Amino acid sequence: MKNESIKVFQKKKKQILETWMKLQLADESLREDLMSNEELRGQSEELISILVDNLNDSNIDDPRHSDFDSVVDILSGISISRARQGFSPRETGTFVFSLKDALLNTMQQELKDPQELFLQSLKISKLIDSFGVTTFETFIKGREEVILRQTDEIAEISTPVIRVWDGILALPIIGTLDSARTQVVMENLLQEIVESGSSIAILDISGVPAVDSLVAQHLIKTVSATRLMGAECIISGIRPEIAQTVVHLGIDLTNIITKFTLASALRTAFNMLHLQVVKKQKQTIAD
Amino acid sequence: MEKIPILRMGKFLLVTIQVDLYDRLAEALEADLVQMVKKTGAQGVLIDISAVSIIDSFMGRIIGNIATMSKILDAETVVVGMQPAVAITLVELGLPLKGVHSSLNVERGMELLRTKINLSEGQSDDDGYAE
Repeated sequence: MKNESIKVFQKKKKQILETWMKLQLADESLREDLMSNEELRGQSEELISILVDNLNDSNIDDPRHSDFDSVVDILSGISISRARQGFSPRETGTFVFSLKDALLNTMQQELKDPQELFLQSLKISKLIDSFGVTTFETFIKGREEVILRQTDEIAEISTPVIRVWDGILALPIIGTLDSARTQVVMENLLQEIVESGSSIAILDISGVPAVDSLVAQHLIKTVSATRLMGAECIISGIRPEIAQTVVHLGIDLTNIITKFTLASALRTAFNMLHLQVVKKQKQTIAD
Repeated sequence: MEKIPILRMGKFLLVTIQVDLYDRLAEALEADLVQMVKKTGAQGVLIDISAVSIIDSFMGRIIGNIATMSKILDAETVVVGMQPAVAITLVELGLPLKGVHSSLNVERGMELLRTKINLSEGQSDDDGYAE
């Protein structure tokens, strides 16, 4: 026996779309600023026709059925694009759940037997709920991708390598040093050492909020790598609290040149390169 | 079998590794180099690894070994031109090559060797590097 509701859906596709659109347009969370009504209509129409075409007796109880792969694909595409456009979760959820209202509405009009109506409603409800969850999962995934990309960008731009003098590089580190960040810092620094042929690198950690044994480990690694490349590394910007923590944790920094300020690190670097900063003599005007 | 050439330049030996090292080649180099140090009485060894892009713990150890052996034979060793990726790998492997001096390029490596040898001979040099 062919399922009654499916027959109804196939017959009343047009009507369902109209009801759905009406529901969506009536909802107060509609975002006309982000998406035009025509675009919304296009998305809705595509989704309905694919859903109704793929719906049959055997798969109505199983939202994970492979027949629904194309439906899930479309839903994922819609929710990812919505996540990027800045729709809120509620707005995205409303899109799918208002479809359920539209479907149930049509069924109510077409199916006369209350028992049958109840059973069918339950099935459709379950199916659409599951699609709703899928939409949500992909929506969150889309958001996470955005966050991940931004994290990468921050990591990239937050570790600039500055040439302060011929042969002297400075690298101000701002924010917590974790393994991934250390990797970026180290790669940037070593690359720049090779490109500029610098022999001294100053790591300024005044922007690092706290130094624990792991961060210290990362710093020591960076210094060792710099030394292997044949350059010397000076750590500057060690605040009193950090000095306290480092000693209390029993971390050995004695092999590393440490300075309080960037200025004193620079002075040390000048010394190592046999450079001297001299005050300019005032020109005496011969009269 | 391939062989890595060891060139003599005055008091120094110059080794430029132009191919990716594999285990047997590295072991042969270790043996050859020690023999050459003994034969020529070189005071400094300069190893250029700028063309080496891949390194593992074994290779790291060999380089460390060469340095230590040369030191025992009274020759300073300088490794020059290490690639950033190689340096990071060595640090991650926990092989910071203690006792090996490194330099950015051959020119600076030579300079460093000269300074080291002058220092160890207790001569004062006039280019301002000894302090």
